[in-house]
Order: sequence, then structure tokens, then C-alpha cells
Amino acid sequence: MERIPILRMGDLLLVTIQVDMHDRLALALQDDLTARISETSARGVLIDISALEIVDSFIGRMIANISSMARVLDAETVVVGMQPAVAITLVELGMSLAGVRTALNVEKGMSLLRAARGPRGEESGDARAET
Amino acid sequence: MPVLKHDTLPIAAENDVVLVRQAVRKWAADLGFGLVDLTKIVTAASELARNTLIHGGGGTVCLESLAEGARKGLRLTFEDQGPGIPDIDLALKDGYTTGNGLGLGLSGSKRLVSEFEVVSRAGEGTRVCVIKWK
Repeated sequence: MERIPILRMGDLLLVTIQVDMHDRLALALQDDLTARISETSARGVLIDISALEIVDSFIGRMIANISSMARVLDAETVVVGMQPAVAITLVELGMSLAGVRTALNVEKGMSLLRAARGPRGEESGDARAET
Repeated sequence: MPVLKHDTLPIAAENDVVLVRQAVRKWAADLGFGLVDLTKIVTAASELARNTLIHGGGGTVCLESLAEGARKGLRLTFEDQGPGIPDIDLALKDGYTTGNGLGLGLSGSKRLVSEFEVVSRAGEGTRVCVIKWK
């Protein structure tokens, strides 16, 4: 089955959603990501949704779920790159993604995560990328 | 109301919801919708197509490009032969859900379109018709 790739960089996990996801793919990402957080002891998750042309209530719920599950597993989640038209539509739909941290772009999202993870993150400053 | 073109797509599997989104996006773009309105109608289509699949057990969507005088619009009619909605007013309340969703599908998509109509009879199915005017 098709999967959304999850990249590891030090103690962060990076996900870039670039396809129009059907519901099962979104659920698979939720499961994969929680498994990877626990496997890798990741402290932060960055989800780039700049390529998503819509976020409906299902994908919105998946994003909120990932954020809550990650928090329970001691990892912070930041969702970055939401297009303005998507933000307008999502709020009008009735989802404000309360409790989900957002940033305008990857760079700002990364600094949010760095600030959130504190001293432990600074010790392991080496960035490794693997798929 | 003059219909410029029309087409009917099946909604029988999860991937059909994706195909409906893509078709609605293309039709709305062809009608010259701006990005925000385009995003709204595609999002509404995604919610309604999912409802047709999950609550209606599958069905169809009819896409129609409309022209009324100078204004243009896109009409989407979702139909299924599922169990129907016993209480439409209740189903249109934010947060009301029979499944495990958030209960925003029907009420939320109503806010994203210009015109919205639900016709449903218990045991006979549901028809949801929406129009987004440009």
C-alpha cells in the first residue's frame, strides 16, 4: 500500500504531504507517525502541508489526532505551510485546529520545535537524515 | 436555468472521493472561480462525497456548470439509496454525528456553498444538492 514517507533528522520527524490523500492513507500516516515517535524517541514532529490544496474535516481530524498522540508520547507537533485559502475554508467548515501548533513555513516551524524541546535537544545537535 | 455541461461520477470506493475532489476542482477552475471559492467548493464536495460513501453506502454525484444571466455557478447533486436521514434538522446541527466523525460534514459544507438543499426519506436514500455561484 502507498505510504507517506517520514524522514528522521536527529530527534525530529519530518513529514511532507504531497499527494491528495484518501482517507485510509491519512489514517496510515497517523499510525506510522505514532509508531516512529515511539521507536525513535523523537521529541518533535514537523508536518508540512504546503502542497495540500484542501484540508477537509477528515484530514483536519487526522492532524489534530497526530498532535494529541504525539503530545502523549512526549513530542511536540508543528504544522507548517497551510495555504491561506485552506485556512479560511477550514475555519468556515467549523474546525479551528485548537491545540495544534502551526507556523507559516518550515524554517519557523523548526525554530518553534527547537525552542520547545529545550536542553536535551541541544546536546544532540547532529542532524542525521534517514528514510 | 441553462446547464452548460454535466457529468455523473460514481462514489463507490474511497478513491472515488479523491476523484470527485479532482473533478470538482477542474470544473470550478474552468468556470473561473477564485482560489478561496474553489477551495470551499472542493472541500464541501469532499465532505458530501464521504457522506454518500459512508452513510449512504455509495452513490453518485452529478456535476453541472450553470449560467444564469451573467453569473456562473457549479451545481453538485449527491445521491444515494442508503438508509436516509430521519431528522434533517438534527443532522444539520454542528457536532451531531452518527458515525465516529466530528459531525461537521453536512453542517460545515452548508456554510461553504451558496445554496444547499437536502431531500431524504427514511429507507429510500438521500439527495444533497449544492450550488456555488461565482
